Amino acid sequence: MNEPIRRLSIVVLAMILTLMVAASYIQVIAAGDLNADARNVRTLYREYGTFRGPIVVDGESVVWSKAVDDPFNYQRTYADGPLYAAATGYYSIVFGRTAIEQTENDLLSGTADSLFWTRLSNLVSGETQRGASVELTLDAAVQQAAAEALGDSTGAVVALDPSTGEVLAMVTSPTYDPATLAGHSSAEVNENYQALLAQEDGPLVNRAIAGDTYPPGSTFKLVVAAAALEAGYDADSELYAPDQLELPDSSRTLGNYGGESCSANERQTLAESLEMSCNTSFANLGMQLGWGVVERKAEEFGWGEQLSIPLAVTPSRLPTNPDEAQTAMASIGQYDDRATPLQMAMVAAGIANDGVLMRPYLVDNVRDADLRVIEETEPEEMSQPMTRADANELTDMMVGVVTSGTGTAAQIPGVEVAGKTGTAETGTDERPHTWFVGFAPADNPTVAVAVLVENGGSTEGEVTGGRVAAPIARSVMEAALASRGGS
Amino acid sequence: MATVSDVMVRTGRRGELGLLGLAVAVAVLARGLVDYHADFLELDELAIYAAAWAAVAGAIHLAIRRWASYADPVLVPAVLALNGIGLAMIRRIDFAYASRGRETDFGQVQIIWTLLGIGLALGVLLLVRDYRLLRRFTYTAGLVGLIGLLLPLMPVIGTQINGARIWINVFGKSLQPGEFAKIAFVVFFAGYLVSNRDTLALAGPKILGMRFPRPRDMGPLALVWVAAMLVQIYERDLGTSLLLFGIFVAMLYVATERLSWVVLGLGMFGVGAVLAGTLFSHVGSRYTAWLHALDSAVYSSGASEQLVRGLFGMASGGLFGTGLGEGRPDLVPYAESDFIVASLGEELGLTGLMAILTLYVIIVQRAMRTAIGVRHGFGKLLAAGLGFAIALQVFIVVGGVTRVIPLTGLTTPFLAYGGSSMLANWIIVGLLLRISDQARRPEAVTP
Repeated sequence: MNEPIRRLSIVVLAMILTLMVAASYIQVIAAGDLNADARNVRTLYREYGTFRGPIVVDGESVVWSKAVDDPFNYQRTYADGPLYAAATGYYSIVFGRTAIEQTENDLLSGTADSLFWTRLSNLVSGETQRGASVELTLDAAVQQAAAEALGDSTGAVVALDPSTGEVLAMVTSPTYDPATLAGHSSAEVNENYQALLAQEDGPLVNRAIAGDTYPPGSTFKLVVAAAALEAGYDADSELYAPDQLELPDSSRTLGNYGGESCSANERQTLAESLEMSCNTSFANLGMQLGWGVVERKAEEFGWGEQLSIPLAVTPSRLPTNPDEAQTAMASIGQYDDRATPLQMAMVAAGIANDGVLMRPYLVDNVRDADLRVIEETEPEEMSQPMTRADANELTDMMVGVVTSGTGTAAQIPGVEVAGKTGTAETGTDERPHTWFVGFAPADNPTVAVAVLVENGGSTEGEVTGGRVAAPIARSVMEAALASRGGS
Repeated sequence: MATVSDVMVRTGRRGELGLLGLAVAVAVLARGLVDYHADFLELDELAIYAAAWAAVAGAIHLAIRRWASYADPVLVPAVLALNGIGLAMIRRIDFAYASRGRETDFGQVQIIWTLLGIGLALGVLLLVRDYRLLRRFTYTAGLVGLIGLLLPLMPVIGTQINGARIWINVFGKSLQPGEFAKIAFVVFFAGYLVSNRDTLALAGPKILGMRFPRPRDMGPLALVWVAAMLVQIYERDLGTSLLLFGIFVAMLYVATERLSWVVLGLGMFGVGAVLAGTLFSHVGSRYTAWLHALDSAVYSSGASEQLVRGLFGMASGGLFGTGLGEGRPDLVPYAESDFIVASLGEELGLTGLMAILTLYVIIVQRAMRTAIGVRHGFGKLLAAGLGFAIALQVFIVVGGVTRVIPLTGLTTPFLAYGGSSMLANWIIVGLLLRISDQARRPEAVTP
């Protein structure tokens, strides 16, 4: 019986060896995934036990961790919570993290690879681990002005520095206070969260970058105009601008807002068409250019791109293979065109920056607890959708929109403002969305802005749309010019 | 011409004393660390603890010297080291619960169980002066084992805890009679197999190049298989079922030296387990919880929550662990009993877990060594069976926690909180000491 006993002891060894392999798998190979699992409260407890770095705007902490005497050790504190919620997100023991609190989590919590040396020196010196601070590109004054101007309206504002891509303002309305979700009482946090979820207007949704995408309406004409300029048109090129445009292969005709007439003789220059936002001429122009040309231009401005600023941005969409009639509708920003407010701000910024589109970003720099800069975002060129000459020509046309066209409400005394209004029908009986995109000063822009007010317009005419969104844009641009100079 | 030479047989008692010292040091250091991290360290109390351990180890040593002077010298130190680590960990979990407002005294109770267990092991040494006596009780043991297995199914005293009906309630205390039935069955199997091994080893038909036993000899295997399946279905415990059947198949193989029994046994168990899983939803759900533990639907239904929380704990421990008292083992339900391995994995890391598993390897290999060394078939089967019982139980429990096999309700020998397991496994230690003493004792000095 000795031989089988020897074999049995080998079997026993193999059994225990299997256990050792399984334990190694769990504790070493799969450990990273398991530790990162959202259901793993252990990670949360450990995170809460360490000092989490602040989120900084204009040199001041808008989010920080305060030492408290409870099992979590620190309470996440939000100054001006509702104002910055879209950017900072929340940090909740029950619902996890969102926005910067999520995307920069390993830096804020101090576990990022780039903080390795800091952790090592802390280990040696015996200091406790502290997270890094994340400074945002936001300009407090611009952000504040955008939030105030938007007020109680449902919508979003994005302001960019066209020369760098820095996000100067990102406001979504309605908003919420992250502090109500950062408490340490699960029941209370849950109650607050459910209340926010129950609100129909979705305060947790960041409309600026990741809400529903919106039909861009007439603001999309900027893209069509850019494509036309590239195709050889200029500001004075005459376009066919009938009162009613017959749509090919369709019994429908396309008119202008409020049934207005663009021109008495059905002819109009590109500049005039943009100024008064003529639908029929741009729809016809789109068909003349061909959808492929318009689509490529839009893609150069960022459509279809999965941006991470580092917050994830919903890609803006365009229709695929539209027929002639659909092309006509898509050329005036209707049909299946969809854009985020950030995307429209990028269109303005690209034109403003002499045709060079800079990649938008929200995190300016990251510093460790000793204030050493460990990460800094360098402005980066994303694409060049236009030549300098075309961009300047389009800028002049956009100045016309504000001085004598649909966007007069965006005028700023003493400053030349370039802009474009938009009124986008939503396809339902609801009131249309209103847009304004623009930048200032027109000759040397320091701020590009996009404003969206959901269901803010009336069906009566383009001008009413400009009346709602343009003044908001003006306030934002004024604040930016005051804060950053350039007027 | 015959030469008479003195063969010096080393008893190993002095070496054992040294190893016992090490085991005591591990136990005391572990407790010291636990108390230190809980801000509870009082040196005079720790000194009393150390003295008590030293006294217990000394008592065991003296008892072995007196009643089993040739017994294996490594077995008891390895077991004591495990036991000491377990006591420290359970105390640590008491502290963890206390910090969340749950008052428990698992650590204190476990000390009493440990002392009782050691007492039982020494009692075995005192009472069973020759292991061969046990063979007389072959069928009594079989009956006792059967009763032990069936008790949890009895009304009134049988209780279902944590999904498995393997408990009985006696005087307000929960007991797992299966732990004791395990020993009775090993005795029964050893006695039965040593008498019938020749018949069972007879060759039958040859299938796929392997010679299988005669169908008419398959009765006992079929019987144990039925018992194992019934346990799995009615006591809802794959662990006891697998343990019982595995021990039998292993001992059958040792007795007959025929691999075909193992193939047959594993095949039957596999088919039975799959059938039970398909036919009975409560058995099937245990398999689902195992195979799809991390699926959010399975997790949120609660079926695999304990298992996954254990995995989270072990993962957070990583290679070197958080350190005793630095982790959060209390986040796993039953951290002190069913999931003590996960708790140890978290705070002592993979390194600590490897060391613990190695201690089990040592214990089981000493049992196997004893089985090879002992002269009689009954002793060989008994030692190998007991050793394999420990190994298989460790495999089932740790395998359940590490997702190698479905999770079961068995406890980790010598580590987990629980009286039945502690007492039963110390009885096994007593039996192994007795067999090894007779295995290593030179003929001439046999009394």
